[in-house]
Amino acid sequence: MTTTLATRPPAAASPARRTDTRGGRVRRTLYWIATHALAVALSLMFIGPLVFVALTALMTDDQALTGELWPDSWNWGNFAEVFARSHLLGWLGNTFMYAGLGTLFMLLSSVPVAYAMARFRFRGRKLAFLAVITMMMLPPQVIAVPVYLIWARFELTGTLWPLILPMLLGDAFSIFLLRQFLITIPREYTEAARVDGCSDFRTLVRVILPMARPAIAAVALFQFFYCWNDYYGPLLYAQINEENWTLSLGLASFRALHSVQWNLTMAATLLVMAPVIIVFFFAQRVFIEGVTLTGVKG
Amino acid sequence: MSVTHAAPPPRARREGRKALLWMSPWLIGFAVFFVYPLVATAYFSFHRYDLFTLEFTGLDNYRYFFHDDRAWISIRNTLWLVVFMVPAQVLFGLAVAQLLTRLKAGAGFFRTVFYLPSLVPLVAGTVSFVFLMNPSGPLNQIIEFFGIAAPDWFGDRDWAKPGLTLLAMWGIGNTMMIFLAALLDVPKHLYEAAAIDGAGGWRQFRSITLPMISPVLMFSTVTGVIYALQYFTQAMIASRVAAGVTDSPGSSFVPGYPEMSTLTLPQWLFHAGFRDFSMGYACVLALLLFAASMIFTLVLLRQFRAFTDDEGGNR
Repeated sequence: MTTTLATRPPAAASPARRTDTRGGRVRRTLYWIATHALAVALSLMFIGPLVFVALTALMTDDQALTGELWPDSWNWGNFAEVFARSHLLGWLGNTFMYAGLGTLFMLLSSVPVAYAMARFRFRGRKLAFLAVITMMMLPPQVIAVPVYLIWARFELTGTLWPLILPMLLGDAFSIFLLRQFLITIPREYTEAARVDGCSDFRTLVRVILPMARPAIAAVALFQFFYCWNDYYGPLLYAQINEENWTLSLGLASFRALHSVQWNLTMAATLLVMAPVIIVFFFAQRVFIEGVTLTGVKG
Repeated sequence: MSVTHAAPPPRARREGRKALLWMSPWLIGFAVFFVYPLVATAYFSFHRYDLFTLEFTGLDNYRYFFHDDRAWISIRNTLWLVVFMVPAQVLFGLAVAQLLTRLKAGAGFFRTVFYLPSLVPLVAGTVSFVFLMNPSGPLNQIIEFFGIAAPDWFGDRDWAKPGLTLLAMWGIGNTMMIFLAALLDVPKHLYEAAAIDGAGGWRQFRSITLPMISPVLMFSTVTGVIYALQYFTQAMIASRVAAGVTDSPGSSFVPGYPEMSTLTLPQWLFHAGFRDFSMGYACVLALLLFAASMIFTLVLLRQFRAFTDDEGGNR
């Protein structure tokens, strides 16, 4: 089910297929041209913003203010200027710490929980699953005040730890997604391992984990991207301490703090986007298969 | 597979205890980051609290809410997003997915291109759009090239939310992907049978596609609404970048530039709690946000319940 996208041909067949008259062929060709022309037009609209951002990032200070679309000269030095004017490397390091540790902690805690929810038979199993969904959909702002006070008591406000440490207690979205995948693994595999005398832990490590690799890769990437892109969390906890800013916080303040020039702002924006886009091109399949898991199938 | 329904045999009970142990990290997380904060939020909502002093004030926070114009403006803005942005996202996502199923060449390439913007970090995407849509920016250059007067998107109270809607439509990748999977799952022979019966494209869409994907349509709409209720980052960044102001505790800048047109409920909650330090009042807004999102979460739960198997017995 998870690989349908990559392998299956489009399902909606053109009804004109069986009429092999000349008129039918012409109509089919026109239909082909129309749909593909529309797709190309849409692609331009989706890619256009990124292209204009890149072009502006390379303009001189003065030209960026004129509204011209094409750079007169290619100022690659703008990127160096961004590094010189901001703490981009520091933000990058903080973002890596948040995303890296957050993902690692999430995996350690969420995989066993999802396994238990998908495999063990116990009363309240369904209730637990519904509770996961409820927590997943809870707006983070609802619980902000009491949770902030917890971290203030531990004197961890001003750092990113209030965002990283909770990952040790599992992440609702990841548990949900992993559970959706694990439930599709036939029971025979785990039963067979049990008959062979495997402990639950061994079954998880030796039987389930290898089979669940695509789902684990997907939740890991989703978590990493979520942390990487998160603005609300770092704003709440780390805004007061510039040393602990992430890329999102830094970029949000960049235009107001360092420059009124759009070219440098766009160069900074591009630098923040670049890693994400590069990772996506390498791990495209993982994403696409992961997204389809979030659908409604139980 | 429900073989364990009569008096629970030893194995079921043993698995119950095991499950409790295995799930304990998340159960603690649920208690600490869900149950406790909700109870505490309700408790604080009857108090005046500024991080240092806690004082019982009864219903004062609730009374203040009814006189707080900005709270009502923020609610109106959030409702605007639910009514206009969510349908725009869902319909556009469905249309793009539908187009992808019709492409004979390059479907994989186009899918990648349409999906990509949804991965762009929210802050980076929003900063980009504020630039692209500034009065002399590329978008308005293009619009004016066609002789149409272009609006000052994020600088005009009437155009800021439509501007955010365009940003949202740019990032419909996930919605599109879920629809695409659903569309490809519709059995092909249904369309063939309908074609033989002489049903045209629109008729096929209405009588076959729509009923077959309705659970997914429902799922996307409901989750879309819940995310719209939480809408925060894009509105905050757009207003701050357009106004050229940074955010920090104690700053006097009121979010929602221009003229509070981008002030959403979560933003006002955040501002009340963490910029004005009226934490008790912020909790009133939090409860309201919770109630609103819970209504839609319940719809989602009903849907998932219908799909969840009964293995192991429920409740």
